[in-house]
Amino acid sequence: MLEIKDLHASVEDKKILKGINLQVKAGEVHAIMGPNGSGKSTLASVIAGKEEFEVKKGSVALNGEDLEELSPEERAHQGIFLSFQYPVEIPGVTVTNFMKTAINESRKARGLEDMPANQMLKLIREKSELLEIDRKFLSRSLNEGFSGGEKKRNEIFQMAMLEPKLAILDETDSGLDIDALRIVANGVNKLRGGENAIIVITHYQRLLEYIVPDFVHVLHDGKIVKSGTKELALELEEKGYDWIKQETVV
Amino acid sequence: MAYTEEELKKELETKEYEYGFYTDIESETFPKGLSEDIVIAISQKKQEPEWMTEWRLEAFRVWKQMEEPEWANVNYEKPNFQDISYYSAPNKKPKYNSLDEVDPELLDTFKRLGISLDEQKKLAGVAVDIVMDSVSVATTFKKTLAEKGIIFCSISEAIQEHPELVKKYIGTVVPQKDNFYAALNSAVFSDGSFCYIPKGVRCPMELSTYFRINQAGTGQFERTLVIADEGSYVSYLEGCTAPSRDENQLHAAVVELIALDDAEIKYSTVQNWFPGDKNGKGGVFNFVTKRGLCEKNAKISWTQVETGSAVTWKYPSCVLKGDNSIGEFYSIAVTNNFQQADTGTKMIHLGKNTKSTIISKGISAGQSQNSYRGLVQVNSRAENARNFSQCDSLLMGNRCGAHTFPYIEAKNKSAQIEHEATTSKIGEDQIFYCNQRGIDTEKAIALIVNGFSKEVLNKLPMEFAVEAQKLLEISLEGSVG
Ligand SMILES: Nc1ncnc2c1ncn2[C@@H]1O[C@H](COP(=O)(O)OP(=O)(O)OP(=O)(O)O)[C@@H](O)[C@H]1O
Ligand SMILES: [Mg+2]
Repeated sequence: MLEIKDLHASVEDKKILKGINLQVKAGEVHAIMGPNGSGKSTLASVIAGKEEFEVKKGSVALNGEDLEELSPEERAHQGIFLSFQYPVEIPGVTVTNFMKTAINESRKARGLEDMPANQMLKLIREKSELLEIDRKFLSRSLNEGFSGGEKKRNEIFQMAMLEPKLAILDETDSGLDIDALRIVANGVNKLRGGENAIIVITHYQRLLEYIVPDFVHVLHDGKIVKSGTKELALELEEKGYDWIKQETVV
Repeated sequence: MAYTEEELKKELETKEYEYGFYTDIESETFPKGLSEDIVIAISQKKQEPEWMTEWRLEAFRVWKQMEEPEWANVNYEKPNFQDISYYSAPNKKPKYNSLDEVDPELLDTFKRLGISLDEQKKLAGVAVDIVMDSVSVATTFKKTLAEKGIIFCSISEAIQEHPELVKKYIGTVVPQKDNFYAALNSAVFSDGSFCYIPKGVRCPMELSTYFRINQAGTGQFERTLVIADEGSYVSYLEGCTAPSRDENQLHAAVVELIALDDAEIKYSTVQNWFPGDKNGKGGVFNFVTKRGLCEKNAKISWTQVETGSAVTWKYPSCVLKGDNSIGEFYSIAVTNNFQQADTGTKMIHLGKNTKSTIISKGISAGQSQNSYRGLVQVNSRAENARNFSQCDSLLMGNRCGAHTFPYIEAKNKSAQIEHEATTSKIGEDQIFYCNQRGIDTEKAIALIVNGFSKEVLNKLPMEFAVEAQKLLEISLEGSVG
């Protein structure tokens, strides 16, 4: 599904990604861990097509198609979804209106008519129940005044609404209380299936108990320095990153 | 609510921007220039009574002594007042009983504007008095209104048919000598609308007028007078579009509102004069004096969406004369490219327990300058006056400017005045967030701008809100990237 080859990316001549190789197949869940500033969010942004980052070398392909020429919205239309580490506020735009616009824009790109209002309402009801979101929440301005945890839950609500092929969750677990973590993980697991792939970026093993990954990768200084199965996450939790950093220096 | 938003969205997707054409209707135009003779000629042309001619001449004499104001935060080449033609009327005489009688080309123009009479007639509850250039050419729904004793007609007609009302109220809120543009308007106004709601009557429909400038080189001097008698209510809509033109066009309108005891007037404007092209060439100069007078327990709300004009200078105001009267001002002003807007309001608190609310949303893009200028004045007799003002500015890019000039003059210690102001910028992060959800940049901006303007858009009647949203979108097209 997703194929990243020797990806190098910079911002303002600062090299951040320095040769990433990653293959994610349909149906898989990959976890990406790694110390602060190692380039995890950058990788997510580059996949989503943020223009601020310049791809210097290498490629990102989705289902065999090179993404280089595609704008962020075109990538979204192809089924890429990013749950942001820091979701932005859009005052005056309700969650509902935002979602409606997003869904209809994607439909338009696929040559479909706007989703009929009753179908939209049904979808909203279903997904908000799945994520145990109060309906009142949906008429509030997007992310404005949301608590940290509410923002994250709202990201996953959006993911559930859009049903992406590839979902990248950037530290969606940070800020969530224990119950919310379970609810959100449940929402993510619902998406999981033969057709979809998920990349979870996290610092904590705990999330991975709920969303069990097929593979775990460690990103350090712009490179994937270690890959393994879910046991690797446990090991990291225990030992921290120093041993890996040392390994890579050697 | 959800349904409404859905509806809005549908509308937005189907309507196309339709200004920038010029209709070739034969018209009768005066030679350029201004003198006492021209003023008299205008008055005669309109077969006005002598008192009206005199009133115009008084205004002209005052105007000659006045200087064009310099104090607004705008720069422009001053119009040459001798190079303007002060009267232009569609050739065919006004007053049609049915659409069949109307010049087909004119009808076509309306169709292209998306405001065909046909459509308008169907639009439930909207009576339309269309001002094409300077003379009213069609009036509808008059009968329904007449049954309630409501008078809604062109001001020329009102001068003929209801001289006692016009004579009693014209110039009482905006005197001839009020300011340079008001004086000019008083001398040469060609037409405009008149509306009278009798005591205790609630006007059953939104009254709406579409203004247009259609003749190259003719200034537009509209005069509107709305009188809501005791305990009455009216909602009045004014909307404008103008064809693109490679020459500055002057617009100096005067609007006077009079809300007698316990009356309420809602006055909404969607304004879309040609703003000039991307390089700031052409475009309408819009210098407007709008003012309302509130008697006891009366209420006046001004709601406006301003997207057009090369230069806008406009301060709809309320004089809160009666005790417990209320004034409101809700405004969205968009400037793009090289547009300059200096708008705002004045709330003059004279009576006791008077209340005013000001919500101003300024959106600037390109290299435009958007200024808010507001005056809240509390007179010494005005016990317990209250004002709340909120001025928000939204910037797009680094080359535009937003300026806020709140003036407060409180001469009574019991006054409570609150002022809040914010400035924000459409961030790349916001746009990327929308992009990531599949919303392209153009649409993302529209979404953000609509969100920012919501408090004001919500004050507009439904059909106007749709138009206004579309206008916001169009006027910001291509402003990012
Ligand atoms: N726009 C930018 N300009 C300059 N430096 C940037 C920019 N964006 C990211 N960086 C730098 O790139 C590096 C990687 O940042 P990134 O956000 O990808 O880290 P991360 O692995 O997600 O960290 P965290 O775990 O703290 O979220 C950091 O050193 C960061 O300061
Ligand atoms: Mg990060």
